[in-house]
Order: sequence, then C-alpha cells, then structure tokens
Amino acid sequence: MASAEARQRASVQPRLVLERISKRFGNKRANDRISLEVRPGEIHALLGENGAGKSTLMKVLYGVHAPDGGRILWQGREVSIPGPGAARQLGIGMVFQHFCLIERLNVQDNLRLALPELTEGEIQRRFERLGERLQLKASLRARVSGLSAGERQRVEILRCLMADVALLILDEPTSVLTPPEATALMRGLKRLAQDGCSILFISHKLAEVERLCDRATVLRGGKWVGTVPLAETSRAELVAMMIGKTLASLPARPRAPAGETLLEARFGKCGRLKRAEFSLSGGEIVGIGGVAGSGEQELLQLISGERRGAAHRLVFFGQEIGAAPVQRRRALGIRSLPLDRIGQGAVPSLSLAENFLLTHHGWGAWIDGPWVNWAEVGARAEQALAGYDIQAASSATPAGELSGGNLQRFLVARELLGEPRLLACHNPTWGVDPAAKSRIHEGLLNACAAGAAVLLLSEDIDELFSLCDRLGALCNGHLSPVLPKAEVTPEIMGHWMTGHGDP
Amino acid sequence: MDIHLAADLLHAALRAGTPLALCALGVLVAERAGVLNLGQEGIMLMGAVTGFAISLETGSHAAGALAAIAVGALMGALFVLLTLPLRANPVASGLALAVFGSGLCAFVGSGYVGSSLQGIAVAAIPWLSELPLVGKALFAQDPLLYAAWALALGIGLTLHRTRFGLVLSAVGEDPEVAHRLGVRVLPMRAAMACLGAALTGLGGAYLSLAYTPLWTEDMTSGRGWIALAMVVLAGWRTGSVLLASYLFGFFSILNLLMQDMGWSVSPNLLSMTPYVLCLAALIALSSQGRFSDRRAPGALGQNFHKEG
Repeated sequence: MASAEARQRASVQPRLVLERISKRFGNKRANDRISLEVRPGEIHALLGENGAGKSTLMKVLYGVHAPDGGRILWQGREVSIPGPGAARQLGIGMVFQHFCLIERLNVQDNLRLALPELTEGEIQRRFERLGERLQLKASLRARVSGLSAGERQRVEILRCLMADVALLILDEPTSVLTPPEATALMRGLKRLAQDGCSILFISHKLAEVERLCDRATVLRGGKWVGTVPLAETSRAELVAMMIGKTLASLPARPRAPAGETLLEARFGKCGRLKRAEFSLSGGEIVGIGGVAGSGEQELLQLISGERRGAAHRLVFFGQEIGAAPVQRRRALGIRSLPLDRIGQGAVPSLSLAENFLLTHHGWGAWIDGPWVNWAEVGARAEQALAGYDIQAASSATPAGELSGGNLQRFLVARELLGEPRLLACHNPTWGVDPAAKSRIHEGLLNACAAGAAVLLLSEDIDELFSLCDRLGALCNGHLSPVLPKAEVTPEIMGHWMTGHGDP
Repeated sequence: MDIHLAADLLHAALRAGTPLALCALGVLVAERAGVLNLGQEGIMLMGAVTGFAISLETGSHAAGALAAIAVGALMGALFVLLTLPLRANPVASGLALAVFGSGLCAFVGSGYVGSSLQGIAVAAIPWLSELPLVGKALFAQDPLLYAAWALALGIGLTLHRTRFGLVLSAVGEDPEVAHRLGVRVLPMRAAMACLGAALTGLGGAYLSLAYTPLWTEDMTSGRGWIALAMVVLAGWRTGSVLLASYLFGFFSILNLLMQDMGWSVSPNLLSMTPYVLCLAALIALSSQGRFSDRRAPGALGQNFHKEG
C-alpha cells in the first residue's frame, strides 16, 4: 500500500543524511563524527543525556553552527547550510525549546516575519486551515506575550508547516504541555508524518519516544552510540545506550507511617495564585501538577518566604510564620529549589563554593562570627559534588560552566546538606537526563525517609505518580483537593490541570 | 495676539523644531534597530560645521547638505566599527563620539566663527502660502524643510507599515530570535546606525544653513542630547517624536519672544525653558496609562554576536 511504497522509496533515498559531523568548541568535542539518517515520513528520535551533543548537532543541521568536518546530504545531494535561512529554504523547520517568537509582536507579525514569501491573505488562509488541525484557538491579532506555552509552541509548529517543510525538528516539545495537550500534539505529528513530512524528535521522555517514533539515534558524550528501531528495543536497552551503564531502579521506599502534620498553608490571592489550601506531614511527598503559569511559582515563593503577606496563613510546627522572611524560615528548616536554576537557584559567574554559601550564610561550621571560613565552605561544596557524582573540576568552578543536569544535582545536594524539615521544589528534573533524574529522585526520597516533608511542584505527570504519596493540581491559580495517590488517576490529574471541573 | 504675529510664531516654530526633528528621527531609526548611540551631539555638530563650511566654500547649499549627510554617516560608521567588530561598550563609545565630535567641530569651525552665509531661500508654494495663519507656516518654507518632512513621512510609513519596519523592530526587540529566523542582524544594525547618524548630520546642517546661518561655536546647544531624551519619552513612535520636536521649537521661539518683551528674568534661566517645558510635557504624556505600553526596544544598546 501507500506506506509500503513509501518505505520502498525510502530505502532508495533518505531525505537527510548527516555523515561524520564534527564540531569542536575550544578543546571540547561537542560532536565527534556523528552520522544520522532520516527517511521520508519517518519520525526519528534523537536521544542522549544533557551534554551528549544533541543540540549542537541540530544547530549544525539548522545552520546556526558551522561544522568542523563531515557532510550533509539533503535528498541525496550534498549541501552546505550557512544559516537558518538556508535551512528553511531547503525545507528544514525547527521548533526550539526556547521559543523563537518575538513576544511584543502579535501572532500575525511573527508569522509574516518568518514567511516573507506569503501574502497576508495566504497567511490568513493557511493559519485557519492548520490552526484547526492543531487545535490552536489563538487569533492572529493576539500578542505572543499573552499566549500560554502550549499555544506558543503550536504557533511555532504551525509556522514551520506554513513554510511547507519536509523535515521538522522538535526540541523537547512536550516539556511545556499538559498531558492532554501532549497527546493532541503527538496525534498531530503522526498525521504529519503520514503526509510525508519527516520529523526529528528530541526528548528525554522515553515513554513518549516509544509511543511516537519509528527509530532512535542515541548519542553519548558527543559520539554516536547507535541507531535502533524502537519496536525491537526495550526501554532498559535504550537507557543503557544513553548512559553507558544500566540504571539502578528506584530504591524500594520504606513507607514511613504518616508523621505528624508539619505545615498547614492557606494562601489567598498572590500574583497568578488565587487560592490554595493544603497541609504537609513529615515523611511524605506531596505532588502538585499544573502547567507553567498557573500559580506554581507564587506557591513556591510563598513557602520559601520570597513572597509573604497578611492574606497568607502558614503554620509550621504550630507556629504562625506567614510573615517570616526567608532567612528565618531557613533557620526553621524550610528550604526550596526554584524553577530557574541560573538566576534564582545559582549565580552563574560565582564559584560552586560561593553558590553553596548563598543559602548557607546564616549559620554553620563555616560561619565564625562575622568571618567566613572559606576552606570549610569549599569542603562542604566538594562533599556535595562527590555525593552526587557531579562532573565539575572543583568547588572553584563557576556554576555557569556546569551542564543543566549537573547544576541541578548540585542545587539539590546543597539544599539537602542543610538538612531541611520541609523541602519545596519546582520541576527539579526539568530538562535533565535520566541518570541525573534518578539521582535527584533518590535524594528527595532519602530526605523523606529522614522525616522531612517534600512538596514537589512538577509538570511531569510520570514523576508525580512515581514519587508522591498525595497529589493535587493547580489550574488558573486554584489548587484542587490534595488526595492520596490511590484515589487519583492520570485522567483526574488532566481534568484538574485543565480546569474541566472535578470529575 | 493678532493673526500676523501668530502666523509668524508658527512659521518660526516649525523652523526651530526641524533640526531637532531630524536628529530625533535619526535616533529613532537607530534605536528601533536596537542601536543606542549617545554620540548625537557630536554628530550633529560635525554635520553643522561641514554643511556650513562646504556651502561657504562652494556657494552651494545642496553640496553643504549632502556633505553633512556624508559626514554624519561616516560618524555612524565609526560607531559601528567600534561597537560591532571591535565589540566596544556602546554607551562608552557613544559618549566618546560626542566628545570627539564637539572637539573636532570646534577645531574645524574656529576659522569660521562670526562669518555668515546667505541662508537657504524660502520657496513659497503659490496660492497655498496665501492661506491665512497656516499658509506661511506650512507653505512658505525652505526646500530643506520640505525635504525633512518628506523624510519624516517616509520613515514613519516604513517603520510602522512595511515589512522592512517589521524586520527592523524584530532586530531591535530580540536579535537572537531574528537571527534564527534568518534576518541578517548585524548588517541591519550597521545600516540603521549609519542612516540614523546621517539624519542627525542633516539636522545639524539645517541649523547652520537655514535656521541660523551664522557660525558660532556650540551651535547645537544640547539638541543632540535632548533628542535622545525625547525619543525615550515619546515612546519610540514617529508621530510623537515629531510632535515633541516641534513643541520644543515652539517653546524656544516663545522664549525668544519673552526675551524681546523685556522680561526681567535672567536670559540664562529663560533659555532653559524650552528644554524644561518640552520634557515636562512629554513626562506628563508618558505617565498616562495608554502610553505605559511604550517601552524601549527589548535589546536596545545590547551588543549582539552571532554564536558559533
């Protein structure tokens, strides 16, 4: 049939071939002779840990970086891609993880900017037709700054499709979506592939890759590890290819008897948060789901003490601390991990030791009256590095030089060294590779086993269900009831996150 | 006030505002592309002295004006050289350019101090210039002023209505995104920096060729600086920038009128009034809610370097 025919043609000529692509930054080999082949109508996954070279390879393909060596064959012809414009002319479209939209312009202007060859009328027509297929309800006149992450992403995909792409590159596309949105996206992508569009899909979420993709190419440390058909490869094999060893499964968690109630919170209106009421007990992990911008940042800040006010009640160990500043809350054992690692979690230009001190400057063996004992601080930071297998030269390395996964491990280690009684964290494993992710989960579980309460704000449904004892979700600033995991299904979570009433 | 005085006042105000309007338009096009060049005062002075000297030597106003445009563009190219390939800090480079321009202008102009020149003649448009009140103000001006208005109209339409204007604001808002969309950011910025400086140079030439065709040192008396402030307060909108420039022109003529009427206030204080009044009016306007959206281009004054 049609697909068999397509496959036959595919065996004759792949749409894209990358041959022994190399790219060096200084002494670092970001890509070392990587080869990759994508067939027409194929959904091809690109897998690898952070720093494996996926982004670099895609940037070479999209003309952002010039390769140091290797060849690019497009439809069987050797091409050079000096810039993104050239890539798009060939029919290669890319949706970046950081959106490529100008926030202050409206949707129409953003489309016009990238599609000079289309007339206003043509843009209008294609937008309406494709918008319906992708279920994008935003109007052409809407300003991008007012759109949700999911809507922005669909605007970007739509923009690629409007330019008649033959290869669509998606960099971690589902990391900003709710489960129903992600499902809808994958349905849309499958339909695109059936129409003959090739898709290169970069993701950390193996479940997603297995469901969507035909084949996967795995990179590790800048090198090609293998290309495998997903139908014949188990998840364990994939993980082993990605990290070079098999991953220990999560330690069986001793179910601590629910401890006493540590914290009772009743928050009123604060930024995008409208109302949230919940309690936390020692030894439990409570998960809160929700798409970005539904009030989860404010919730974290209200607990950490960055935001406070008379409208918010927070009782910790029977003590009203709603007005207490950050430093006092830390002294009581409340610690937090913000979403934004660089900027809120760490200062990139400061060393790891200095970053360690940033949340430990109140007291400790390294504080002697007004003096800081830097040797001690350095030793503690080294301890964090060793305990979490963090790849950094020393505690004097600037935080900004660590990859995302390594930095996040360091931040988790830093907060856990403070022996928190309550740890609130926001998307702690966002964008980190499986090895780092399992290490971070282990750290959270250990803290929990030691009697601490953990509040996990996450957009990753799998993570919430695998770690948490009780679950809830935020939607438009309202917190759903927080129920034991046994009473919550992913469907219920989806309903909570999208605000379609309580089922 | 009788109608003749009002017509004269309007006529003079439009002439007084035009050098500032040209300079502010120059600032506007550069800043919309994200280029922050604080050297306007120096560029304007260089334009003024070049225009004056060339006109005096050749006897041609057109040659003077063209030379001023060329020198302005050259100063812009110097700024581009410093900030783009050499990656110097744009604020420091701009300030250096302002000081450099003033110094060079004083040096070049020292021989001309006190000499005067036949100003550009008025080219009255028949019939229209006979209209009461506005006739003289709008239709009995010199050709350079008409050219300035034509430029303003062209710039306004280009910035706000064309694809080129859209690309330009993309470069100014988010060069990273613009680059990824295939816009050639650096050439665009370089071109706008030069075009902007050329307009500023022409503004200087209007001052020395038409408005006060008599060479004195420090002719611009701070107009380059005020233009920078005006563009900010006018929210980077062509219409508001022009309105503000001519408001300034009006206040500076009013100030001359008050000096004539023998107000017993120090002339130094009086000559300050156009600056103060113009800025006060703009601040009053920009503090209103409907202007709150008008913030600076997202990447104004930030260097952009293509990665890789």
